[in-house]
Amino acid sequence: MAPQNSVLAISTAVRKGDYSAEESVRKSMDQLESPQGSYQAFLHHDRERALTLARKIDQRRAQGETLGPLAGVPMAVKDNMCTSFGATTCGSRILESFHSFYDAHVIERLESAGAVVIGKTNLDEFAMGSSTENSAYFTTRNPWDPGRVAGGSSGGSCAAVAARIVPAALGSDTGGSIRQPASFCGVVGLKPSYGRVSRYGLVAFGSSLDQIGPIATDVRDAALILEVIAGHDARDSTSVDRPVPDYLARLDRPMKGVRIGISEEYFGDGLDREVRSAVQAAIDLMADGGAEVLSIHLPHMKYGIACYYLVATAEASSNLARFDGVRYGYRTPRPNDTLDLYESSRGEGFGPEVKRRIMLGTYALSSGYYDAYYLKALKVRTLIKNDFDKAFEKVDVIASPVAPTTAFRIGEKSSDPLAMYLSDIYTISANLAGVCAISIPCGFDAQGLPVGLQFMGPAFGEENLLAIAHQYQLSTDHHRLVPSLPAEA
Amino acid sequence: MASSLDEAAVRHVARLARLRITDTEAVLFAAQLSKVLEYVEQLNELDTRDVPPTAHPLPVSNVFREDIVRPTWTPEQTLRHAPDCQDGYFRVPKVLDQESS
Repeated sequence: MAPQNSVLAISTAVRKGDYSAEESVRKSMDQLESPQGSYQAFLHHDRERALTLARKIDQRRAQGETLGPLAGVPMAVKDNMCTSFGATTCGSRILESFHSFYDAHVIERLESAGAVVIGKTNLDEFAMGSSTENSAYFTTRNPWDPGRVAGGSSGGSCAAVAARIVPAALGSDTGGSIRQPASFCGVVGLKPSYGRVSRYGLVAFGSSLDQIGPIATDVRDAALILEVIAGHDARDSTSVDRPVPDYLARLDRPMKGVRIGISEEYFGDGLDREVRSAVQAAIDLMADGGAEVLSIHLPHMKYGIACYYLVATAEASSNLARFDGVRYGYRTPRPNDTLDLYESSRGEGFGPEVKRRIMLGTYALSSGYYDAYYLKALKVRTLIKNDFDKAFEKVDVIASPVAPTTAFRIGEKSSDPLAMYLSDIYTISANLAGVCAISIPCGFDAQGLPVGLQFMGPAFGEENLLAIAHQYQLSTDHHRLVPSLPAEA
Repeated sequence: MASSLDEAAVRHVARLARLRITDTEAVLFAAQLSKVLEYVEQLNELDTRDVPPTAHPLPVSNVFREDIVRPTWTPEQTLRHAPDCQDGYFRVPKVLDQESS
């Protein structure tokens, strides 16, 4: 019999021999390939490869081998992480036919732990966006309401988990790209501390901000996956050589005595009334469970978006310079000369949001504007980081909303880049400061759309962060609700 | 800070970034980027004269490894994705006589 659709349940059953990896992967694949249940979450997948890998896992078990902690678990991976199988498009035309010849660090880790990567998920082009509407291919639908976005940029991974196509997935988070779609889709999304997970094989966007993290249906599964993917990797010089705790074993810390910080800056104008009340109810529940709720101040949080859109775009303009039509990716068919080769290949290969960000970043770094924009933003980044350092002297975690609203309608913000940027207001500071943060479901609005609760913890404070989020889930059921499949057309 | 970009400035930045943009894009980007620049103006409310910049959240500088020979990508692998290559090289349009063209 098929176990409950969770990472822990599947891997336990597969390791015991109660369930086969092949059956587990086949079930995911069948839903992925069904017209009703896929929500345009995946850009591409490889059924045969996944089933072959699954059969090998079953054979190894039959031969008496001990299987890894993710044995037989079908997983989805955002298409900005390199895989030696299939394409790695980054949701961009410029990489439409790009096939990496190596696996990202996280792919190696997942598959050597027994997971089977069944496909690559949709994203905003180069992870730049908050809705997957910037994907060059299509827009992922929100399983709770297919007329709405799944969020972004890891919208495909979050929709795939919300629809239970897979029990877990990986996303990347540069300014909220795991947490915001997790909130919109009613799943758990963790952005680890900067340096916790190797970025080797992740196509770079903002190198001082990017982190890969797990997306799952509950905190336990997220903890298990983090344990597998975290740790030092010499191929990423910013990967920190620090022991990886047994996150799963330490989830059972009681709520009593936990200090939760609340900052009024996260509850100001622009926050939807229903989101506010769901987040407030979650905080009240934790206080009832023995947590101490303390008021703190993050006075520079409101400058986060302005700071981020200079720092992230400056880094992006430099990182995306590698797409030049010479070594890989799209090349314009008949270039006149080398300058035209660069300009036309990039002009034809990149979509509008990527162009805007490259230009903004180029401008912020250009001679005469560097001090006024880029350097200024780096100084404000220090102030934002200092605010967190000070806050975490007083509290264990900070609780806040993840996004100001629930999932918005497809097309609602796509013509106004600034309005789209503002939807990242509560998530962006964690990336600037390098701290860890998690989004967990904490209720629904009147339209039945999920609301997310964010906890932020100090750098390398994942142990506490996960334990506190887990304690919240022990006393609530929001994360257990599953969207109903749309009626047959 | 110059908190707006006109079309000419947008074209200049596009040239610096090696991006071909259309006339329509130049008009659109000028308006959209000006709006973003106007928004980031708010950073000037903060006095940052004595604040050091943070380019990176971790206090890391150079990370060295042992200088030993290890296997790496072969030329064939490296050239596999090249839009055009010949004799083990990436191939591009003629560069040298561009001044005269």
